[in-house]
Amino acid sequence: MSSRTLPLLFINLGGEMLYILDQRLRAQNIPADKAKKVMNDIITTMFNKKFLEELFKPQELYSKKALRTVFDRLAHASIMRLNQASMDKLYDLMTMAFKYQVLLCPRPKDILLVSFNHMDAIKDFVKDTPSILSQVDETYQQLIEMYTPLSNGEFQLIRQTLLIFFQDMHIRVSIFLKDKVQNSNGRFGLPTSGPVPHGTQVPGLIRIFSCTGEEKTRLQFNNGGNYTSAIREGSFEIFGDRVTKLGTNMYSVSRPVETHMSGTSKSSAQHTKVNTAPNPLAKEELNMLARLMGGLEVQKAGSSDTAFRVNLFATDEEEEEALITRPDELSYGIINIQATKDQQVSAELTKIMGEFTDSGHQSPSSSSKGDDLLAMMDDL
Amino acid sequence: MFHKEKSIQIKNSASALYNNLSVLRIAPRRLTYFTVVHANVVNMVSASWDGLNYSHRQLQSKEPNVATSTSLIMQAAFCVLPSRELLVVTSQKGIQMYESDGSIMVYWHALDTPETPTAQAVFARGIAAVSENYVCVGVSSGAILVFDVPSKGSNITLSEVLEEHKESITDIAAECSGSQVLLAVANLVTVDDGGSLCVWKSGEEFQLLNKIAGLDISCSSVKLWKGTVVAGYGSGQIRIYEAVTGILQSEINAHARWIYSLDIAPFSGLLLSAAEDSFVRVWHLSVTPETNSVEVAHLHNECVTDTQICGAKFCDGDGYAFAVTGYDLSEIIRYTQT
Repeated sequence: MSSRTLPLLFINLGGEMLYILDQRLRAQNIPADKAKKVMNDIITTMFNKKFLEELFKPQELYSKKALRTVFDRLAHASIMRLNQASMDKLYDLMTMAFKYQVLLCPRPKDILLVSFNHMDAIKDFVKDTPSILSQVDETYQQLIEMYTPLSNGEFQLIRQTLLIFFQDMHIRVSIFLKDKVQNSNGRFGLPTSGPVPHGTQVPGLIRIFSCTGEEKTRLQFNNGGNYTSAIREGSFEIFGDRVTKLGTNMYSVSRPVETHMSGTSKSSAQHTKVNTAPNPLAKEELNMLARLMGGLEVQKAGSSDTAFRVNLFATDEEEEEALITRPDELSYGIINIQATKDQQVSAELTKIMGEFTDSGHQSPSSSSKGDDLLAMMDDL
Repeated sequence: MFHKEKSIQIKNSASALYNNLSVLRIAPRRLTYFTVVHANVVNMVSASWDGLNYSHRQLQSKEPNVATSTSLIMQAAFCVLPSRELLVVTSQKGIQMYESDGSIMVYWHALDTPETPTAQAVFARGIAAVSENYVCVGVSSGAILVFDVPSKGSNITLSEVLEEHKESITDIAAECSGSQVLLAVANLVTVDDGGSLCVWKSGEEFQLLNKIAGLDISCSSVKLWKGTVVAGYGSGQIRIYEAVTGILQSEINAHARWIYSLDIAPFSGLLLSAAEDSFVRVWHLSVTPETNSVEVAHLHNECVTDTQICGAKFCDGDGYAFAVTGYDLSEIIRYTQT
């Protein structure tokens, strides 16, 4: 569908990831300098110029597995380490949060305001580091250039594309359940009250006109809800009041991040089946992924004394328990090589991942990382 | 006025697409077919009127003979012509036409998809049968493809390409009142993402009768009944125009969010509107062509809690029953008059 969806998906998911990591780093009392380094390293990688160039090219959305691979890479772009259970949980939280934001956006165009909320927060994370700050500012420019000229219809297409990506995901998030924005069946509550979106009138009026254009009759009807007039529109510029709270940081040290794995709806299992037939990571997508990841400049993996592990759960035991009890239909599959049925595909991907984890590895030719990957894949 | 009936379960949940429900009533066999789109699959259910038998079928969007290519489906709709009924499925790659039970694909038309993706998305959307033998399908470029359909067989040909719209086509509707008098004048309306409306008369060469410029508010769903255009917009408004003159006859602040589906029951003038705001509303429309006047009355609301509705259709020409689909919902909800 829309070929302009990936940048928004990436930036918003990335933003949610940073909110969660920031909260966990503080909750685990990681020393401030280490925590800052982690955040800076991830943000630098996220806004790498070459990476963003690839991201902003018109293209179809990646599959869930492919996108998960990109975020795995991103989460490990610093000295921080995450076990699989924690990475799974992190990704669940990120995706459910953005799904919620996309669903609740009053107008499709408001997805851009949500993106700006994430960008504003990211900017705040790196406000003391001018080099990264300038990367972030440049990304604002790219977003504004690409998205502000789009019509409402084109934004709706982007929204519909995102909703297909999030289809059938009903993982329950503790913070959403507590705030009563998500029901116990995993579905989000859609209120029939509150302000109508900017550009919409409160439902209830029927006007009939004569053929000369004069209003002949005016009738009222009961709209069944409790709506109020629209409030002011948020700003689509680099600086400004976005008005909407969607996309702002809902976590704090006192509000922990938890997900519930049990009782997820059957339909998510059915959807996974449709998605993975016939080949989950077709050659085409592998090529796209390679080009994208080719732009991800990865730092040298830290030595064992500087690297540290972050746990998305309250205890190590809980983390281990979560890995064992995670329902099959919710496994993302890409990291766990055994889970991928196609051995050929998993072998290819292992090679690609291997390329990145060799610290300081220099390719024989001086061509870009992206070309190396493609050349390597041609040899397979 | 309406009460909820037993829902029909479908194999996958409905995707958030405009007009995502199509209904075909087959009276001789006492069956009704329903189609709901989920990503790259069309879920078809055949439901017997006695409520005892349900059979399911799934259609995938793909080029014939190409094993791995898949593309997302934008819409699936039944096209009823005097001689035959077809199921038309539009996607990012092209247009498929099946026999109405989905058993055989009778025609495939490939869209010009570029080698590398362009900023402007490519897809087909908007489907309607018009007159004796035409099926019209819209394209993201704004073009309308007119297919000539013979009374049987697969010798379907592309008869004409209408290039009037500048934005992606969102919906197409044919005059559904059955009045021969009106069909002789204007019998097709096409709408786009910018809210522009074009009114046509079908024929060997389709004639553009009127163009109503859009106000940059996307028109997602449209119906043509008794020479009257009923259009639903992203702003939540329904606007009613006289087709041939383009005169605005009524404006309704109908919904608090983007309208996704409209339907009219041609024998009774009942109008159904459904939106992302979780509401389905039933209205009564009466049109007096002689005096160019229209009357609209609001009759009923149904709230499908916590659901963004993407399809709503009457199940019969009188509007005795209607069916609804919603994003992420794996059922077709039905309502009948009390």
